[in-house]
Amino acid sequence: MGAHEASKVIHALYNDDEILMDAVKKVKGEHHHIEEIFCPFPVHGLDKAMGLAPTRLAITAFMYGITGLSVAIWLTWYTMIHDWPQDIGGKPNFSWATNMPAFVPIMFELTVFFAAHLMVITFYMRSKIWPFKEAENPDPRTTDDHFLMEIPVHGNEEELKTLLAATGAVEINVVDKH
Amino acid sequence: MYQFSGRLKTLAIAFMVLGALGVALGFYNAPKTLEDAKEIMANQAAHGAHGNDHGETKHVEETHTEKKEDAHAEENHSAENSHSEVIVEEVQADSHIEDESHSEEIKEVLEVEKVHVATLDTHDSDNAHGASHDDAHAEHVFHQLQNRPWAALYVALLFFLGVTLLVLAFYAIQRVAQAGWSIVLFRVMEAITANLLPVSLILLAVLVASLLHMNHLFSWMTPGTFTPGHENYDPIVDGKSGWINAPWWMIRSIIYLVIWNAYRWFIRRNSIKEDTAENISTYKKNYNVSVIFLFLFMITESMAVWDWIMGLDPHWFSTLFGWYVLATFLVSAVTTITFVTIYLRSKGYLPKVNDSHIHDLAKFMFGFSVFWTYLWFAQFMLIWYADIPEETTYYAMRFNEYKGLFLGMVVMNFVFPILLLINSDFKSIPWFVVMGGIVILAGHYVDVFVMIMPATVGAQWAIGIPEIGAILFFLGLLIWTTFSAFAKADPVAKGNPFLGESEHFHYYNIEHRGEDADAHH
Repeated sequence: MGAHEASKVIHALYNDDEILMDAVKKVKGEHHHIEEIFCPFPVHGLDKAMGLAPTRLAITAFMYGITGLSVAIWLTWYTMIHDWPQDIGGKPNFSWATNMPAFVPIMFELTVFFAAHLMVITFYMRSKIWPFKEAENPDPRTTDDHFLMEIPVHGNEEELKTLLAATGAVEINVVDKH
Repeated sequence: MYQFSGRLKTLAIAFMVLGALGVALGFYNAPKTLEDAKEIMANQAAHGAHGNDHGETKHVEETHTEKKEDAHAEENHSAENSHSEVIVEEVQADSHIEDESHSEEIKEVLEVEKVHVATLDTHDSDNAHGASHDDAHAEHVFHQLQNRPWAALYVALLFFLGVTLLVLAFYAIQRVAQAGWSIVLFRVMEAITANLLPVSLILLAVLVASLLHMNHLFSWMTPGTFTPGHENYDPIVDGKSGWINAPWWMIRSIIYLVIWNAYRWFIRRNSIKEDTAENISTYKKNYNVSVIFLFLFMITESMAVWDWIMGLDPHWFSTLFGWYVLATFLVSAVTTITFVTIYLRSKGYLPKVNDSHIHDLAKFMFGFSVFWTYLWFAQFMLIWYADIPEETTYYAMRFNEYKGLFLGMVVMNFVFPILLLINSDFKSIPWFVVMGGIVILAGHYVDVFVMIMPATVGAQWAIGIPEIGAILFFLGLLIWTTFSAFAKADPVAKGNPFLGESEHFHYYNIEHRGEDADAHH
């Protein structure tokens, strides 16, 4: 029961995603908080089992798409109609609306471009990852064939160890988190 | 086993009888003689809705469309251009003297089409055949009025044939892809394809009737089209006579229908055999035959669409037309599968179908709606951009006479499904999917309508008793064939090796209503 007890965590390692899923449900069923799970690949349904709120990334993607569409409309209007009217193929210029079919591919592409790129950037920011960042991964085996569940310890180390052992963990370590 | 319920049977029969009555009434009301047609035209003029002014524009436009292409083929370009300018002025000058409103309309046509040479020809021919003009116009409208019940039947017929055929193709894709999710829907898809044989036979009858000149659906069947020197001689169509000629056209039509029906007959029989098969060989055989069918289908579908739809406008062509129509029928087919599935599930006959299956079907409805829009727009944009007269006539006709339907269907087939089905949660709510599906089906019927009507009835279109009658008839037929076929086999394709995967199918992102939320597989 030292002063650094608050930063103590348990790392439980699993070697199968199905066993992990059952373990997560059991741990949540006992009302323990799961801080983080590290997986070598996405495990469908894990977020729900952990009790994480649904992602809002899709909503941002929609808004980014609308932004891209607006930028495309402005861009085609400004460059092709307003600033320097372009006459291509004898189409009526000085009017964005009557030239609209020619701009649909641009509108489509910029919608996709904005939605995709900004969504990825948002994902990076929300996940707090960026180029050249040191890996936070506590155990390199989670990039290969192991799954790691991290649970903070609040004076219940032995209880947690027993519980995790019963869920089929292949290894249980208590570590000090820095 | 499913029992085709008495109520549904009654509904199907009622649809067929009512529909047949509507179709018959359409034929009965069609003008029998030129005099009848003139009377109808006089009535239209009096009512003003499809009034005289409007009718006049149509006529100018149609005439010049035909003339223009002749001119285009025969004359050389520089000659056309040099005197077209002069003629435009002449047309406008003359019109001013004659009739103010008339000139407005001609100018409108010019703006829409920018086919100056064409107007010149119209103008010339109007002068030359001044007296016969009215009669020629009356006869043209007479043929269009006579075509209307045929065209109404033809639109609904092709729509339901296309839907049934694409259900078959979608099913073949499931087999070839060895898809796991859809096995519990196999018997639903097979049941819908039972409609293929009756609609094929009706189509054959209509095609034969066209060849026997019982209707004027296909302008290239007009006697004299291929005879140089004849008044109906059409050099452009004659140039395509290696493909567009009655015997070869009919033989091709029969070949397509035989291939499709043969696969349907084989795969249905062998799919039922799978249920009791002792080894995997039946399944493998079905796989192989489906591969061959899909290969043949992709070729025959495109060609059938050229022959049966694009052939209505024999001057016009679009290289992605086959794909475009494929997309129309594909999204309608998936919607039909969804409807039948939701109905049978609600009656408890498909206990293995869960929310994820509905979700997947709705995803296909959504995805193929976007795919359809992509092709619709790709075809339009290239023609709009290039602005070549023989291509733009197709859209000029649709923008002039069918604007509401033509643009309305884009809202129905694109905007509506996008807004309704983009949300993942909505895709597994049956009533929501049904609501989106009804709009999709109506929108794609309109799509087929706008493909066929301009070339067959021109400005004389309406959505009335003949059109609705034809839809009801084929809808009744589809219900009858589908549910009686579904009653004839085990509702679950229990011999399929992927059945377990399909039963346990759970899209991770949704929860199945009425099921233990903790259940995962």
